[in-house]
Amino acid sequence: MGFTIAYLSLIILIPLAALFIKAAGLGWEEWKAILVSPRIIAATRLTFGLSAAAAGVSVVTGLLVTWVLVRYEFPGKRMLDAMVDLPFALPTAVAGITLTAIYGKEGWIGSHFAAAATWVKETWHPAGWIGEQINTWANFGAAYSSLGIFIALTFIGFPFVVRTLQPVMEDLGKEIEEAAATLGAGRWTVFRRVILPLLVPALITGFTLAFARAIGEYGSVIFISGNLPMKTEILPLLIVSQLEQFKYGAAAVIASGMLIISFVLLFIINLLQRRLDWQNR
Amino acid sequence: MSISIHSINKTFGSYKALEDVSLEVPNGSLTALLGPSGSGKTTLLRIVAGLEFADDGPGKILFHGENVVGIPAGKRSVGFVFQHYALFRHMSVADNIAFGLTVLPRSKRPAKSEIRDRVHELLGLVKLDGLDKRRPHELSGGQRQRVALARALAIRPKVLLLDEPFGALDAKVRKDLRRWLRVFHDEINLTTLFVTHDQEEALELADQVVVMRNARIEQVGTPQEIYDRPRSPFVYEFLGNVNKLTEPNGVQRYIRPHEIEVLFAAEYDPTTDRMAKIQHLFSAGPVATLGVRLDDGKFVDVELSRKQLEDLGLSVGDEVAIRSNPPE
Ligand SMILES: Nc1ncnc2c1ncn2[C@@H]1O[C@H](COP(=O)(O)OP(=O)(O)OP(=O)(O)O)[C@@H](O)[C@H]1O
Ligand SMILES: [Mg+2]
Repeated sequence: MGFTIAYLSLIILIPLAALFIKAAGLGWEEWKAILVSPRIIAATRLTFGLSAAAAGVSVVTGLLVTWVLVRYEFPGKRMLDAMVDLPFALPTAVAGITLTAIYGKEGWIGSHFAAAATWVKETWHPAGWIGEQINTWANFGAAYSSLGIFIALTFIGFPFVVRTLQPVMEDLGKEIEEAAATLGAGRWTVFRRVILPLLVPALITGFTLAFARAIGEYGSVIFISGNLPMKTEILPLLIVSQLEQFKYGAAAVIASGMLIISFVLLFIINLLQRRLDWQNR
Repeated sequence: MSISIHSINKTFGSYKALEDVSLEVPNGSLTALLGPSGSGKTTLLRIVAGLEFADDGPGKILFHGENVVGIPAGKRSVGFVFQHYALFRHMSVADNIAFGLTVLPRSKRPAKSEIRDRVHELLGLVKLDGLDKRRPHELSGGQRQRVALARALAIRPKVLLLDEPFGALDAKVRKDLRRWLRVFHDEINLTTLFVTHDQEEALELADQVVVMRNARIEQVGTPQEIYDRPRSPFVYEFLGNVNKLTEPNGVQRYIRPHEIEVLFAAEYDPTTDRMAKIQHLFSAGPVATLGVRLDDGKFVDVELSRKQLEDLGLSVGDEVAIRSNPPE
């Protein structure tokens, strides 16, 4: 207990406190000016929105991949299993540059994507926000747009879901499924009423980890995002750019704001999980 | 409903788990599949349930004369109880028991109130009244076992299959539950096939005992037949404590501990008896067990009633004569 508190203080609380002290050096007016500036608001929406979307998609794909890894035997399974961890191991900048190369207009996937977007654009002439997106895709492939950021965040978040889900799924065993089957439940019913409820806590944990990681992600995003103010600028990038201009106070203010939002969100998820978990016990 | 199994084979890769297995389980009987670990008991039970499929071939499984091969588990109307219960731990006891009814297609599903009544009826049947709101982890092993049984019975199965139903329980609960299951079976009269590797359990509980060994059926019969007229040394040995004794005439015989008679050394008859020395003696219980060492150094177990032991007034170190009385 004492150790836990001491360790948490040293590793988490003290650095965070230092951050808030730094931010508190600025007056209330300055805080307000920084936090409600349109650029910050746009970046906040982008960062949290895309992080949530990417974590959500990672949960679905992670569930599928884990299912296959746990339930099926096939050649190359070990390799695939090891590959899941690659996003953990790869320096994020390398990941960012690679993703940009693949998904950019000249890239292996990006070129086809851009061609498809061009076709859609010329066939249907979509307007509004969608039209704007398709226009960007036609010009740059999947890179330099929110889609690019989304791809990068999915890439780095996905292993968290697989690795939290895997042990839980291995633990489930086949017996409860077989029990449900002998009682007359079809495959879909078994999944929905027996398996999924048992996986929910792990899915939420996986989501939370992927989400938290995505919010703070910097290296892999900045190469593929294009960093257009108001459009594809993420919060961590804004913090770094403040630092580069030696505006430490402003950087600390943005970071504090980010932390507060993150903390509130994580806290809510935690409460939610408690409730669902309680049903599981 | 009777179960007939006709020449079933099952291989896992190159390993033969069942070889040409045929068996009749009469309607309303309580049949035990008995055999050592790895003999194929669970595999056979799972094939009957439809959880595993037999190798292609002429093999057939008939429920009341109707071939069920190819029919999925959910449509066979079998109640299956797993060794480790396989309860749904995120559901209450009541929801576990109701599961088989709530997954029925809407047209066949009973009304909510009907399901609730059925659950309470079943809880009463397995003597778990009042525990409907508990979750599986709040129950003892024996209680979980009975929830699993109630869950299997909820769908009104035509046959009941139990895989080592008492395997994970301690000795006392095991015995109680065993007796209870016998009475319970006589009440509901459902054709039941259960797996065990405990010969005492099979002999005490079943109407028919099926002894399995190395993927094959070794012998089928009533407990009495199996115990008194084992068809092979394997069955004989498997069914309980047994001594391999060389009689004075040189004949080797298998003999059970209670079939050996103990006499005073003075009554020794060299044509029928062997001399032995008592090595140890347990007399805590209605039956006393003696461990004796023969003149050739071999150990033999002997069982006597307490009364006999007292009449003989034996103690460790005494010399006695032992006589093997063949059963009539
Ligand atoms: N899914 C499987 N894949 C490969 N081999 C299997 C499989 N299931 C069973 N076996 C093998 O088939 C043989 C029979 O297994 P089974 O489970 O039927 O034995 P059992 O008589 O129930 O033994 P126990 O008393 O230990 O439960 C064993 O040697 C086992 O290793
Ligand atoms: Mg078994």
